[in-house]
Amino acid sequence: MSSILVVLEQRDGALRKGAVDAIAAARLIADASGGQVDALVASDRAVSGVDGLGTMGADRVLSVTDAAFAHYNPDGIVATVTDIAGQYSAVLVAATATGKDLAPRLAASIGGPCGMDVTAVEPTGDKITVTRPIYAGKALQVLELSGTPVIAVRPGTYPAAAAGKAGAQEALAAPTFTRRLEVTGIRTSAKASVDVAEARVIVAGGRGLGDPKHFAVLEDLAAAFGGEAAVGASRAVVDAGWIEHGAQVGQTGKTVAPELYFAIGVSGAIQHLAGMRTSKVIVAINRDKDAPIFKVADYGIVGDLFEVVPALAEAVRKAKAH
Amino acid sequence: MDNFKRNKSVKICIPIRRVPDTTAKVTIAADGSSVNETGIKFVLNPYDEFALEAGLALREGAGAGEVVAVAFGPDSVQETLRTALAMGADSAVHLQGKPSADGLANARVLAEHVKGGGYDLVLFGKLAVDDYNQQTGPMTAELLGLPCATAISSLSVTGGVATVEREVEGGVETATCSLPAVFTCDKGLNTPRLPSLKGIMAAKKKPLEVVPVSAGEAMARVVSLSLPPERAAGVIVGEGAAAVPALMEALISKAKVL
Ligand SMILES: Cc1cc2nc3c(=O)[nH]c(=O)nc-3n(C[C@H](O)[C@H](O)[C@H](O)COP(=O)(O)OP(=O)(O)OC[C@H]3O[C@@H](n4cnc5c(N)ncnc54)[C@H](O)[C@@H]3O)c2cc1C
Ligand SMILES: Nc1ncnc2c1ncn2[C@@H]1O[C@H](COP(=O)(O)O)[C@@H](O)[C@H]1O
Repeated sequence: MSSILVVLEQRDGALRKGAVDAIAAARLIADASGGQVDALVASDRAVSGVDGLGTMGADRVLSVTDAAFAHYNPDGIVATVTDIAGQYSAVLVAATATGKDLAPRLAASIGGPCGMDVTAVEPTGDKITVTRPIYAGKALQVLELSGTPVIAVRPGTYPAAAAGKAGAQEALAAPTFTRRLEVTGIRTSAKASVDVAEARVIVAGGRGLGDPKHFAVLEDLAAAFGGEAAVGASRAVVDAGWIEHGAQVGQTGKTVAPELYFAIGVSGAIQHLAGMRTSKVIVAINRDKDAPIFKVADYGIVGDLFEVVPALAEAVRKAKAH
Repeated sequence: MDNFKRNKSVKICIPIRRVPDTTAKVTIAADGSSVNETGIKFVLNPYDEFALEAGLALREGAGAGEVVAVAFGPDSVQETLRTALAMGADSAVHLQGKPSADGLANARVLAEHVKGGGYDLVLFGKLAVDDYNQQTGPMTAELLGLPCATAISSLSVTGGVATVEREVEGGVETATCSLPAVFTCDKGLNTPRLPSLKGIMAAKKKPLEVVPVSAGEAMARVVSLSLPPERAAGVIVGEGAAAVPALMEALISKAKVL
């Protein structure tokens, strides 16, 4: 019987994205051997949404409530998990910025291997096999993990809610630990309402915009989607200082997989494709009909972005108004 | 970047990795679990350039110190170590052996080197663009009990305390810790310098120590490597603004994403 621990992420008393996927993946592994799924949340206050974890597939919710967890506290979480890791056959987290930071620390502390940013899990006897895109998505690696592995599950991988379970709640005492790194706070970005890494729709611009002020054209299209779209960018325009580097999509930027990705005035260099080729639907707008971006786009319009994008924004607004 | 106090000598370790150039076309080797290396150009991992640049800038700010580039791998990594020396690293250490698919086994090898090194800072890259493991740095820190922050996009050091920033979803997290510490470096931290001709000449004479090592037991095994499914060829719905209605129709009725 193998029980799985899922370490969840919260910020300011709210659960972060990715919990659904990590719990669903844990459920899949646990059910293969009749084990159970425990979800652990460390925070300084009650966390909203915790009562819904049962319906996502968690059998039990373990809460550690302590002032030390006001901000992300990797040393504290590692100590908490290491104390109880012996009861579990694997530890899962969501592969967010925080989850990717946490997973290797947990693995080293527990003494198990780390499956980073996986898109599939499969129990294989007493081992767990994971699939992960590597080489910037140019190849898929299947990795067999033994011992007590720590697995970071890419958000969006297992979106379907698993079978409902009871979700009993239990409080866990805070561990003793040495705080080596002190997270002092989070500065939320002033204007970006939706983060590129979390948006359902991404409107990405490249050098074809010609001038930083022309990002307004893209912002208008993003705004037409009413709060579910973020503005992304190619490295060329980030390096030119036209937009902050958090917006960069690609090999040295973010890997994204939104439902809808607009590549506008972006040529489609291999390093850009690396970050967005697994988007569900890709739309390219480029005046060069031979631009490589059209090879990965589901739909393309050949034309001047300054003519096409405003018309598109208007059409989206109309469609949304219905 | 704020710096160490002048005249305090600093010692900084930069673990580096040799990776295929990011434009390389990946094909799978006959063993079905590795990449064909013939015809591929290998480079210094791009994120390690950010780490190296940060280390060099800190050493220059301090006015004295040593930047040591360290690579664990077969003899081919010596070429990458020479690149780091050409960029300005003072010395290099080649941990000679075969890296494992298990990041923890590799971290143990690096931790062993760092432990006896007397370093103030160990600066890793955020990730290696081949294995995408994103784990060697934080694992090394955990093994050594050192403070660690990953994927930093800003770093300042004053009076033995480091302040860093790292990007998280929806914002920028700030953190502090005392030295010695381990960080992994993201894009945005700096703009790496290019090796100068003088640097390339000097690199040939800088010390490169070879230390045979071996990675211990691996708990991760590569079962297979494959190419991802190709995206089905798309359609050009039309030209100019006149094509917008056709695109909208496709997004609403066919793709159902609106
Ligand atoms: C190590 C390394 C890492 C990298 N990482 C990344 C990364 O993470 N992300 C990334 O994006 N790049 C990355 N790159 C850079 C990448 O190789 C390309 O240089 C970059 O993506 C090009 O950006 P672009 O498409 O905006 O510009 P360009 O290639 O210049 O393309 C501009 C496009 O706009 C079109 N255009 C021009 N005017 C108009 C108009 N009025 N209307 C419509 N279309 C127009 C042109 O036809 C052209 O196709 C990396 C490179 C290296 C070496
Ligand atoms: N074999 C190695 N030798 C030295 N440093 C390495 C090695 N592998 C990884 N690293 C370091 O760890 C970082 C992250 O690599 P990875 O965990 O493989 O994604 C790299 O950017 C390097 O700084």
